[in-house]
Amino acid sequence: MSSTGERTLAVEGLTKRYGDTVALEDVDLAVDEGEFVAVVGPSGCGKSTLLRVLSGLEERFEGRAAVDGVDVRDGGSDAVGMVFQEPRLLAWGDVRENVAVGLPADVDRDEPAARDRIDRLIETVGLDGFAEHSPGELSGGMAQRVSLARGLAYEPEVLLLDEPFSALDQLTKYEQQDNLLEVWEAQGTTIALVTHDVEEAAYLADRVVVLGGQPGTVEAVVDVDAERPRERTDEELMAARRAITDALGV
Amino acid sequence: MATTRERDAEQFGVTLPDVDRFRWLLGLVVPAALVVVWHLLVATGVFAAHQLPEPIRVVGTLYGMGVSGELWGHIAITLQRVFFGVILGVSVGIVFGTLTGLYGLASDLFDPLLQSLKNIPSLAWVPLFLLWFGIGEGAKVLLIAVGAFFPVYLNLSTGISNVSEDLIEVTEVYDLGRIESLRSVVFPAAVPSLLVGIRGGVGLAWMFVVAAELIAASQGIGFLMSDGRVLARPDIIVGSILLFAFFGNLSDLAVKEVETRVVDW
Repeated sequence: MSSTGERTLAVEGLTKRYGDTVALEDVDLAVDEGEFVAVVGPSGCGKSTLLRVLSGLEERFEGRAAVDGVDVRDGGSDAVGMVFQEPRLLAWGDVRENVAVGLPADVDRDEPAARDRIDRLIETVGLDGFAEHSPGELSGGMAQRVSLARGLAYEPEVLLLDEPFSALDQLTKYEQQDNLLEVWEAQGTTIALVTHDVEEAAYLADRVVVLGGQPGTVEAVVDVDAERPRERTDEELMAARRAITDALGV
Repeated sequence: MATTRERDAEQFGVTLPDVDRFRWLLGLVVPAALVVVWHLLVATGVFAAHQLPEPIRVVGTLYGMGVSGELWGHIAITLQRVFFGVILGVSVGIVFGTLTGLYGLASDLFDPLLQSLKNIPSLAWVPLFLLWFGIGEGAKVLLIAVGAFFPVYLNLSTGISNVSEDLIEVTEVYDLGRIESLRSVVFPAAVPSLLVGIRGGVGLAWMFVVAAELIAASQGIGFLMSDGRVLARPDIIVGSILLFAFFGNLSDLAVKEVETRVVDW
């Protein structure tokens, strides 16, 4: 879709300061259309800051961050959807209304076509039959799926995920990861996922960017060549995990 | 706890009745005991009957006034004053609460003034309102509106300005736009605060109606009360207090019911 020949997501020399604290320093990141890239790093390395810059929530930074060739400060962030660490759902709406929050502004949410789309997305994330449930009635994993469906409803060029599974138990986390992969393969969305979980990064991503230190800088980029569908115990995944762990200096 | 009880029930082969359903009845035990004590104190002469009548006499007086029709006019006019006062106070409270909650400038301009005005006791307004608006209905409704205004204003203003930053970020990421984010996020998020405010406002409206009616009224429950004092009829005074308690509680329950229905999350 990138008509300008630009990468779908391009970050060059990004430096972000909060007062005297440097959160990110000289970070480069490029993601191609349809690619799944994971960013791994220890707590406080500026992973979330990176996503906040890309989604337009942080307007002051140095360097360049562009989506489809459009700077995020010039509306490039409009093409970005975000799944936060917490589901951040509207407690007073049901699942359908919450997913509809993600609909692009020019879509009339009461139109039958929009409704169908919402219902299909709810199905895509595996929540059929829960459209009329309120967030309070959902488990943590289900709520996070609603948040994912909301991100997809936005039809973003890039979907950003900020440690979306970190609050879930191991079993639910595995389910959610597989569901995310299914959705990604079905929708062809470009995904940038931030996580501190090395195993998760290796299992999900085509490419893993390792951020380290404080301020956060790119320590290494690890390509994960394992074929899909992947086995969690795949030799190549193990190798990728070792490479990531080494780069993290653990 | 529940499991222990179930196990006990199984063990002894009996089913315990569902006690929880009748739990609210426990709340009546102490008031009922107080009425009995009250009766005994008067009957044994600890309190003189001209100072505190027996409970049955209070009920009898109210009943008599109800039968003669005298009571209903007083009740109706008081309810009407509270109703219009609450409508007016809540409306103005919503306007100012929304403005100051949304706009920092409005908050800087109005909040300090309103915060200090809220500390003025209800009775302090009465002379001024009488001077300005005479002794008509307008003065009373306005006084009650002042009472109902403040809780609504204070709660709604903080409710709107304290809407979770997390949700605001969601509206930014998904480009909801100002109007849509107010409509679908900020205002719904502030509804619980608004209802808490209305509940407080209705409570204060009852306090202010007493102030208004005690001093300048020829009808109403508050007037009935001061009339009881003039006529040396403690049964009328106590009866009026009970009426205020009854209607105050009723309106509070009504708002609470609305609250639980609307805020079901």
